Amino acid sequence: MEDDAPVIYGLEFQARALTPQTAETDAIRFLVGTQSLRYDNQIHIIDFDDENNIINKNVLLHQVGEIWHISTSPADKGILATCYNKTSDTKVMTCAAVWRMPKELESGSHESPDDSSSNTQTLELLCHLDNTAHGNMACVMWEPMGDGKKIISLADNNILLWDLQESSTKAVLDPREAKKMHKVWIESAEEMTVNISVYRFEVTCQQIARTLPQLSSSTALEGKGQLKFTSGRWSPHHNCTQIATANDTTVRGWDTRSMRQIYCIENAHGQLVRDLDFNPNKQYYLASCGDDCKVKFWDTRNVTEPVKTLEEHSHWVWNVRYNHSHDQLILTGSSDSRVILSNMVSISSEPFGHMVDDDELSDQEDQHQEDKIKEPLQDSVIATYEEHEDSVYAVEWSSADPWLFASLSYDGRLVINRVPRALKYHILL
Amino acid sequence: MAAVTTGSGAGSGAAGSPEATGGSTGGGGWRRPHGPLQRYYGPSTAEAAEAPPDPTDINGPHFDPEVFMNKVRSECPLGQLLAREAALGREIRALDSDMQTLLYENYNKFISATDTIRKMKVDFRHMEAEMDDLAANMAAISASSARVSAALQDRHRRGAQLAGVQALLRKLQALVEVPGRLRRWAGTEPARALRCHARARAVLRHYRHLPSFRAIEDESHAIMADLAQRLRTRLREETLDPKELIECVEMLLQLEEPAEELSEEFLSQAGARLEAELAALEAELPAADPSGTATTPPPPASDILDFVDRGSSAFVGTLCQLAGSYRALFGGDTGRLEPFAAALATRYFALLERRLALERGLGDTSLLVRALDRFHRRLRALLELLPAGADAAAALVARAARERVDRYLRALQTFFLGCLGDVRQALAAPRPPGKEGPGLPELLAQLAASVLGQLKAVLAYVQLFTARDIAFASLPYFKGEFCVTAVREGLVVAFVRWLCRTARGFVDGPAERGAPAAPPALLLLLARLCLDYENSTISYILTLTDEQFPPQDSGPAVTPGPALCAEARAAAQRLLDHYVQVQGAAVAQMLRKSVETRDWLGTVEPRNVRAVMKRVVEDITAIDVQVGQLFEEGVRRAQSSDSSRRAFSVYSSSRAPGRYAPSYTPSAPMDTHLLSNIQKLFSERIDIFSPVEFNKVSVLTGIIKISLKTLLECVRLRTLGRFGLQQVQVDGHYLQLYLWRFASDERVVQGLLDEVAASAAHRCLDPVPMEHSVVELICERG
Repeated sequence: MEDDAPVIYGLEFQARALTPQTAETDAIRFLVGTQSLRYDNQIHIIDFDDENNIINKNVLLHQVGEIWHISTSPADKGILATCYNKTSDTKVMTCAAVWRMPKELESGSHESPDDSSSNTQTLELLCHLDNTAHGNMACVMWEPMGDGKKIISLADNNILLWDLQESSTKAVLDPREAKKMHKVWIESAEEMTVNISVYRFEVTCQQIARTLPQLSSSTALEGKGQLKFTSGRWSPHHNCTQIATANDTTVRGWDTRSMRQIYCIENAHGQLVRDLDFNPNKQYYLASCGDDCKVKFWDTRNVTEPVKTLEEHSHWVWNVRYNHSHDQLILTGSSDSRVILSNMVSISSEPFGHMVDDDELSDQEDQHQEDKIKEPLQDSVIATYEEHEDSVYAVEWSSADPWLFASLSYDGRLVINRVPRALKYHILL
Repeated sequence: MAAVTTGSGAGSGAAGSPEATGGSTGGGGWRRPHGPLQRYYGPSTAEAAEAPPDPTDINGPHFDPEVFMNKVRSECPLGQLLAREAALGREIRALDSDMQTLLYENYNKFISATDTIRKMKVDFRHMEAEMDDLAANMAAISASSARVSAALQDRHRRGAQLAGVQALLRKLQALVEVPGRLRRWAGTEPARALRCHARARAVLRHYRHLPSFRAIEDESHAIMADLAQRLRTRLREETLDPKELIECVEMLLQLEEPAEELSEEFLSQAGARLEAELAALEAELPAADPSGTATTPPPPASDILDFVDRGSSAFVGTLCQLAGSYRALFGGDTGRLEPFAAALATRYFALLERRLALERGLGDTSLLVRALDRFHRRLRALLELLPAGADAAAALVARAARERVDRYLRALQTFFLGCLGDVRQALAAPRPPGKEGPGLPELLAQLAASVLGQLKAVLAYVQLFTARDIAFASLPYFKGEFCVTAVREGLVVAFVRWLCRTARGFVDGPAERGAPAAPPALLLLLARLCLDYENSTISYILTLTDEQFPPQDSGPAVTPGPALCAEARAAAQRLLDHYVQVQGAAVAQMLRKSVETRDWLGTVEPRNVRAVMKRVVEDITAIDVQVGQLFEEGVRRAQSSDSSRRAFSVYSSSRAPGRYAPSYTPSAPMDTHLLSNIQKLFSERIDIFSPVEFNKVSVLTGIIKISLKTLLECVRLRTLGRFGLQQVQVDGHYLQLYLWRFASDERVVQGLLDEVAASAAHRCLDPVPMEHSVVELICERG
């Protein structure tokens, strides 16, 4: 059980943004973006050596501002997008940009940690996602199975779909080529033909913005201000044509082809919805979490009632993540400083109890079978991780090792944990 | 007499004697009459023990003349001695004369007795002679009497013979008259004819070898056959009432008609009769609706008691009568009767069941109980004939009772919901200014009292089923299972459980999705209600139930009180937690909106505490009042008496370089985390949405924790300018000033506000805190 001990890494700054390097499938690598108003912000590339239990870090400077959200391209290890605050004296604006990290860091350079702090490197800007007309960027999502050309960003009450015309692989070959992209933006279906314009970055993007049909009425109800998207997720199913967004207590599903709302879960949570995630294996299943301390699981075909509700946290739940391979494993992070790993067997894609034919079983397997019948896994909390001292704003599974995950708390502490071994064998065997 | 005289003489002597000086005169006076008697019967040991023998006592048994003489001589002067001598001499003389008198008297009596005896001897001798005379006379009388009777004996025998012949002749005449009589009576009084025939039959049969008798017999046979025929026709008549029927059959039996056939005939007749009665009963019921449509049948014309009354007097009465006479008529063979009666009884039960089903409302339970009682009583007679029906009848009564209990449970539930509705209305009703509506405690007391009262009333109604004068109450079902399963479990326990469930329903149910949520005050009220139930009401109700419906030892298992209490407590906990969450969320929402909608970068220098903070304090104060109405104060951790000093120390420390400085001293960026982490290591982890205890302080602490944690998280999402930070500082200080007294541990409030301040400083572009004195000034002014 020695290697089940958590590995802790401390950042110098406060941090909220955490992402695995999605395109990397061999090495365990996480990216963390810091939040500091007074120093240059950084992106820490954290390599975890599973065999030796050692963390290697590389630091990239991100000088434009503090990072609120970070995501990596599913196709190109070197490309990432951040949402960051640009602060002037009287105004704070959250912008988003796509960056490329230096080539040698892409697959993790194995420098010794003490060197890395001396030669910090900077990111190379690929393009800005211009949001001056749309408000603050909440997050940037990459098309899950795509080639890294399509991204969606949420800006206040707009969903913006961007198309990076030049593929990012080409951009690697010729960085200057990447800047010759064009950007097209269509305000709404009717105005699609009207508002096509070329922007100064010469990046071609197709952007579809749409005002929420409910906005006017909601605004009237609220009595103040505009509604804002707090978070969103791109569904990996249906050819990646669906996204889900959260604003206030509502979860909405959108079709990216028509940009129409396809479902709406009103009052999904008692209070603000903080995060969403799609079940990677069951196309209609969606998890949400929020300020009512609950995690709820939805079947988007029937949104009147949640399929399941978890109520384990004692404060707001900021993050919920399905394991990429074994969708019964649910990770949640909360501002009660805890990370909870739950096992939701009953609503997972995993068959409930084994369905192997009896005659195919050798005696040995028979033995296993019996064991399983004896103790079928119930929906339960597997473990509560209490290594954090401050609110946990991000949890992520590793893209390389399905049994490993990282969590990040506001005080800059990154903790890497593993699924308990007993459970792992239970699921595998 | 002599003794008394002697005693008195001795006493008077003693009184005058000088030894009397030793004792008081009173004591002597008391002793005087008893002394001599005592001496006569011998001195009691007690007396002897108490008074040592006094040889100088002239009347005492131990009198010693020598000692006395010596004593007198030595003690008394001469004059006294002389007087004494004279007195003694007088006494002696008096005693002598007394003795003489006695002697004379006794002698006289003896003489007269001797005379009397002698006279008696003479009389007896005379009497003996007379007795001998008498004996001789008696012997003569008896001899002459024997002679007389011997002479009369022969004549007497002849007289007796003549009387016998006359009786025989009278009988013969009667026999000859039989056919005539039979004929006369057969038409009008068949019973009399039968009696007559029965008397004559044996004789006729005996003497049938004599032709004249045979003719008589044949004739009477013919008449009887005719009679039997007539009776049979009558038997088949429809209008026969049961009594006539029985008579008829009885007579036919006497006519030696075949019993088998008759019993069948009898049963079919009786069946028709009973069918008619059942039909009459059925006519009162609304027609059974085969399609089962939901049209409610009109209320039955007569009440249930009436129905049962009629049913039992008509149907059951007749059935009993018929069954009884069947037994009497056809002997113990009931092989045919039982299925017949069983079938009819089953139909009757079915009818009654249908009627009972019509008793939908809660009407008058006593009426129902009385009806059932009557039914059961009347049936008892029948049940002796029909043992199988007992179970069915008992089951019917039990079902009806059970049904009624279930209905009461539903009524109780409806009643409780009604009460809750009233409470909700009272809570929601707009209060005219200046006039306070009913307070929460009053509403709670009202709710609890009315529910408890209703429950008691229901128990009282249900108790009617087990009252001592009710016949079926002695059935084993009503003694055991009814008390436990139906009343205790089915009514009381079920109601309490339902109440808890309903209360919980306000938490788990519609609160989130659409339907209007319960007002917080109602949650609080219900929490208190459940808690009261846990504390006392449940045990009270159960004790009451167990008293009124004593459970059998071997009865089915009952839900123990503690289990119910635990359920109530869980419900109370859930409600109170939810109350905290709802109220906390309301305050938190306010804080969140206030932080999210403000422009913290461009704000001006704070002059005031923000209105929202005042509102928060007001709301929390209102909540404090609300909770205080229903819950106890609770314990608060010891706090320093001087809160202003504490507040000052917090802020002075937060201004100290250790807290804020690292965040803007470029040389040591690590220190911040080190310091705050070390600090956190030593402070306890605070669970924000955690279960609260049942007291005011705990509830308030929960709400404050939720509110402040929200403030913390919201501030962390913003970027602040210098004045923004200062505004947060002012707000925080204001909250600190007013909120500490609500919380169980002011360190919780302080800790959270410290974190808010620290986070605000981190999120500030230009962290220059405000002078503490200025902050205080603003807060005091606000």
